[in-house]
Amino acid sequence: MGKVPKKRSLADKVRKTKTSIEIKNNPFEVKINRKKFDVLGRKTKHDVGLPGVSRSKANTKRKETLLKEYKLKNKSSKFIDKRLGEYDNKIAPEDKILQRFAMERQRVHDKKDMYNLNEEEELTHYGQSLAEMEKFNDMVNSDDETEEKGLLSAELTASHFGGGGLLRKKTSGDQHEEEGGHRSKSRQELIEDLIQKSKQEKRERQVQREEAQELTEKLDLDWKNIHSLMVKNTPKAEQADKPEEMPKLDPYDMMVRELGFEMKAMPSERLKTPEEIAREGRDKLQKLEADRLRRMMGEEAGDSVQSRSHLSADDLNDGFILDKDDKKTLAYQDGKWNIGEQSGENEEEDEEEGVSAEVDESEEEDDGDEGEDEDEDEDKEGEVEDGSSEEEDGHSDLDSEQESEDEGREQDDEQTGAEPKKSLSEEEMKGQQEAAKAELPYTFTAPESYSDLKDLLHGHTPDNQRLIVARTQKCNHPSLAVGNKLKLQKLVGFLLEHIGELASLNPPELTTVDKLIPELYGLCQMFPDAACKAMQRVLGDAAHSMEEVLEVKGHIAFPDLDMLIYLKVTALLFPTSDFRHPVTTPALLYISQALTKCPVRSLQDVTSGLVLCCLAVEYVSFSKRFLPELINFLAGTLHLAVQDKTSLGYTMVPPFRTSGKNSDLLVLSDSESCKNWSKKSLPLSAAQHLELTTDQDRDQHRLMCLSTCLDLVKRCCLLYKDLASFPNIFQPIRMLLSKHLSTQTLPEPLQELHSLILEAVSSAPVTNSRLVFDKKKPIPLKLLTPKIVEVLDYGKKRGGTKEEREKERLIHKYKKEFKGALREIRKDSRFLAKEKLNEVMSRDAERKRKVRELFGSLATQEGEWKALKRRKKK
Amino acid sequence: MAPAKKRNVSSLKSTEQCVKTAKIQLDGKVEQILESRKHANDVFDLLELLQSEKEKDVISAVGSCSKLFCTLLERKALFKGKLPGEEETLSGGYSPEKKYGIFMRHRYNSCVEILLELLSHEAHSVKETALCCLMKFAAGEGEHPLEDLDWSEHYTFPRELIQTVIDRLLSKTADNSLLISRFQEFIEMEDVRYYAMSSIRDCVGKVMDKNKGALMPVFQNNAFTLMSNISIPSQESELTNFMVKQEAKHEDWKAAKLNEQKRVFERMWLGFLKYKLPSSMYKNILVILHDSILPHMSKPTLMIDFLTAAYDVGGAISLLALNGLFVLIHQHNLDYPDFYKKLYNLLEPSIFHVKYRARFFYLINLFLSSSHLPVYLVAAFAKRLARLALTAPPAALLIVLPFIYNLIRRHPSCRVLIHKPNTEDETPEDPYLMDEEDPAQSCALESSLWEIKTLQQHYHPDVAKAALMINTPLTGKEEDISDVLELTTFELMERDLKQTQTKTVPLEFETASQLLQGGGDVLGQHFCLN
Repeated sequence: MGKVPKKRSLADKVRKTKTSIEIKNNPFEVKINRKKFDVLGRKTKHDVGLPGVSRSKANTKRKETLLKEYKLKNKSSKFIDKRLGEYDNKIAPEDKILQRFAMERQRVHDKKDMYNLNEEEELTHYGQSLAEMEKFNDMVNSDDETEEKGLLSAELTASHFGGGGLLRKKTSGDQHEEEGGHRSKSRQELIEDLIQKSKQEKRERQVQREEAQELTEKLDLDWKNIHSLMVKNTPKAEQADKPEEMPKLDPYDMMVRELGFEMKAMPSERLKTPEEIAREGRDKLQKLEADRLRRMMGEEAGDSVQSRSHLSADDLNDGFILDKDDKKTLAYQDGKWNIGEQSGENEEEDEEEGVSAEVDESEEEDDGDEGEDEDEDEDKEGEVEDGSSEEEDGHSDLDSEQESEDEGREQDDEQTGAEPKKSLSEEEMKGQQEAAKAELPYTFTAPESYSDLKDLLHGHTPDNQRLIVARTQKCNHPSLAVGNKLKLQKLVGFLLEHIGELASLNPPELTTVDKLIPELYGLCQMFPDAACKAMQRVLGDAAHSMEEVLEVKGHIAFPDLDMLIYLKVTALLFPTSDFRHPVTTPALLYISQALTKCPVRSLQDVTSGLVLCCLAVEYVSFSKRFLPELINFLAGTLHLAVQDKTSLGYTMVPPFRTSGKNSDLLVLSDSESCKNWSKKSLPLSAAQHLELTTDQDRDQHRLMCLSTCLDLVKRCCLLYKDLASFPNIFQPIRMLLSKHLSTQTLPEPLQELHSLILEAVSSAPVTNSRLVFDKKKPIPLKLLTPKIVEVLDYGKKRGGTKEEREKERLIHKYKKEFKGALREIRKDSRFLAKEKLNEVMSRDAERKRKVRELFGSLATQEGEWKALKRRKKK
Repeated sequence: MAPAKKRNVSSLKSTEQCVKTAKIQLDGKVEQILESRKHANDVFDLLELLQSEKEKDVISAVGSCSKLFCTLLERKALFKGKLPGEEETLSGGYSPEKKYGIFMRHRYNSCVEILLELLSHEAHSVKETALCCLMKFAAGEGEHPLEDLDWSEHYTFPRELIQTVIDRLLSKTADNSLLISRFQEFIEMEDVRYYAMSSIRDCVGKVMDKNKGALMPVFQNNAFTLMSNISIPSQESELTNFMVKQEAKHEDWKAAKLNEQKRVFERMWLGFLKYKLPSSMYKNILVILHDSILPHMSKPTLMIDFLTAAYDVGGAISLLALNGLFVLIHQHNLDYPDFYKKLYNLLEPSIFHVKYRARFFYLINLFLSSSHLPVYLVAAFAKRLARLALTAPPAALLIVLPFIYNLIRRHPSCRVLIHKPNTEDETPEDPYLMDEEDPAQSCALESSLWEIKTLQQHYHPDVAKAALMINTPLTGKEEDISDVLELTTFELMERDLKQTQTKTVPLEFETASQLLQGGGDVLGQHFCLN
């Protein structure tokens, strides 16, 4: 029983001593796995097995792992290798070394010399102090070594090891000469000779080296003199002291070392040059533009990927937009580092740049903030402090200006536009604003309902309202708490509602709406879906009520101002050029519906209609899509200005009628009013309330409408001039302008427009080529090549789909692994059992031996005793 | 506070009680009258109450009157035949029975008169109860005729009563549409309908002649409401619902014959239509003409004059007349010269905006469905529609474009309109003449549908997609336009609004900072914030 394992271990031992080739060639070790059939070209891994080798391998492995574990079982003390990263394969060896080095350094850095600034720890190289090495005393030795290495090459090798044939041949000539004199020299002598020779050479070289050293020392001395001349700023006293105190420490060496050991600057992210930034900005815009064009053409693919592409790569997709200016990059400003200055302003900077691109706004905010800080800190100092704060303000303005210059040309443009405004507001409004802003709190809870928002914003100036919204948005940023995202999403809807209400007030507070636009835009960028839903709801409701009225009455009143504002906001938030867009397409339909179904009954209606037309033109200005209702309405509006409504050369499209109650709304009551008319912008509120008391006023308004209308017609001409039936589309307008609206009745600026339009319409190129179908690719002939189906395995049923096959493969793999694991476990337990048995047997054997020993000793004792007795008897 | 409330409540209660007691009293009175002749004079109380100011009183009085006289009619207690004057009865030697009959008959007559007056009462409930009561009387009279049968050719039907009721209904001053709709319930009865129709004709003739054919909107409206409610069953066997059953010779009764009914119906309408009509009513008549008038006429061809006149009017009325004309052409073999030419000239920009767009396109689709039409005509229609499409709203475009495609599919020789390869001549201008009235001379075949090419740039995605179809050869199957006919702009909007988008919504990337910014600054250039 005990024999077999013994044998095996012996075999293992034998095996170990043999090389692998030997084993492989030994037919007793090799087991050939029989193959059922040979497959040509298949590489087989397992045709030959080495069961003995693998068994012994497994055995040793078990001994190393399992046996150790078994032996250490129930033992609580452990050896722990605390060497840093010894068993961590992830760390690269260099890193490991670095870390260990750092650890060591730390250990050396004891607490006692924590405040010891001067004394450096000793640096070593190969265990030797670097300071020692600096003295260059050992130069000789090191050189010696190198020289000797060089010596090894030629003669020495030749003499010592017999050398190569070639070498010998070369020297054969010399040797012949020598052979003449010392032929009889024995090998011993020869070697002695050689040693002598080499010693001599060595001595010579040493002399040479000494000379060289002397020369270098001399040179060093010389250089010191020159060096003292060169380095002017080192005080003479020190120079005098130094050689005495540490004569070996050379300023030059120190400098070299300093340079050598100085922390190498890690290559950080390169700062981008303005050109690069500009190029990047341009690229981004180009990409977005391309995207827009693609959507305009109605191509679907890849939409979602690129729609957000303008966000930065670091964006976590949580709508956080403050990211870019959180950290100040190291930069020079006015010749100084910007760290010191910025630390004080960081907060404001963040706010300022995070809010939006509109700089003047946030600067006002800055002012407020700073003023308040000042108030809180030093109330007593009053006026003087105020002045200083203003100075600071000026400076911070400067800073921000310079920074924002880097931010790309878009913002640049805006800023230059905003600049004069800012200076005005700074000078005039400063006092008031500070007073007002001091009351504004900095944190706001997000409104839960619309009435909450109303309460929040009630009674504030437009600027403050904007600030409040901005702060609310910041306080409830999605990254700050879990529910914030939802809250802000709701805020989008509330803001929209608020805007609608502001617009429907009398008089409408459009300036407030104007101020809120950037906030709304920002929120929309954060939550496109929520904004889309909110806008769709607004449009849907409006359209629904419109439809209801339309079904009952057959016509509708023009949409209110709030709806006009909504339509405008839609255009600001969503791209109007998309082929199909969930918000802008319905919005355009709404406009078209309003333009076709709302009869024009008053000047106010005309104004509303023109606002709608303006919006329509804006909507299609980029995509240049054809909007028939727009042309109809413009033609109808022009028709309203025609005095003589007989013998028209065109037909009116509903809602306009050729003649009737309200068909000469725009006919001037007094032709003289043309003369003192000048163009100015109409207020948007004119679409809602129009109070024109005198005929004069009314005529002025009529001319305004007419000018707007003509301008829109001109724009349409430019937009649609490439359409195939351009002349047909503009035929009514052309008739109107050429036959019925003569230039005499119009004021001068309008006459110009008039002639421009007529020119554009009549000069349109009419090279219509015949319509033909698109060329199609010819359908290829049917080919009769056989269809090849891949047959992977014969006789075996294969799952049809990819998933099934994958599943089957996995199951198979699992089974295999399971079996393997079972086998391993069995082997492990067998091994353990064997070990245990060995243990037991060795223990038994020991005991037996001891018992036998005891018996033996007892027997001898007994024997001795008996012998003694016998002896006594005798 | 509390006591006042109580008082209020109690007063309310008391009024209710009053009404109740009044009703109980009335019922009691009716019963007393019916019980014995002693109380006959209480009738006057009832009649007085009928003329009272209070609605409730009137209504309850009407109720009790109807109860009273209906039972009297049933008992045949009313005098029959030619009614002698009241004074005569006192002097003439009548039996007390007869005297009572005559007395009651007089009261009955005055009651009917008052009820007729009540038909023009301002409260609808009063009108309604009065009408119901009158019709009950009519039914009662029909069962138990008050006239002598011998000399009446009208079998036993209270013709006069119906006539007067109709006269009242067709008021010249008040809009009676509510009451008329109530009357519809009675009109469903065959005999009532028959007599009502002839009464209407008489009434209309009378009134309009008196007015010398001038417009009478209220009266005509009333008449139209009443007439449009009349419909005649299509089968004679369905004539079963009679108010009065004739015992003898029921089969010969005119009211029981479908043909007679139809003839009266036809005469009634023709009588109505020969006068001048307000244009809105014109449209309404034309709207219902094809399905509720023409089928019920015995000779629909009599409508030809009316329809051709309407077709010549132009505009929406012409469009509507098409439907009737179509029925006549299709089912009654009407030959209409230049029908297609006129149809062609009907195509105006307004057809896309009128309410009857769907109906018009349905019909024009029918008219142009024939494959025997000449190519030039079809091409002219297609081209004209395409030209008009340049002014159409998107919902209409979604009808017109498939419609044009269908035309081209039906008439493959029209394919040159969208596909004309190998032409050397570069046409400088569209040869099509829009103003030409004759489709044959409009040169449509020499033209191409550039308008559809233009519409490929339309702002609405669906329209643009539809217009893109001319770029490829049209597929063989015709599109069914019937499901887009009723499409409204709102539905189009909802398509986009209701769509659950899976992708993220594309956003405008140009930062918005001001309200009037963006889109070429068109709005900002002409309008300012304040």
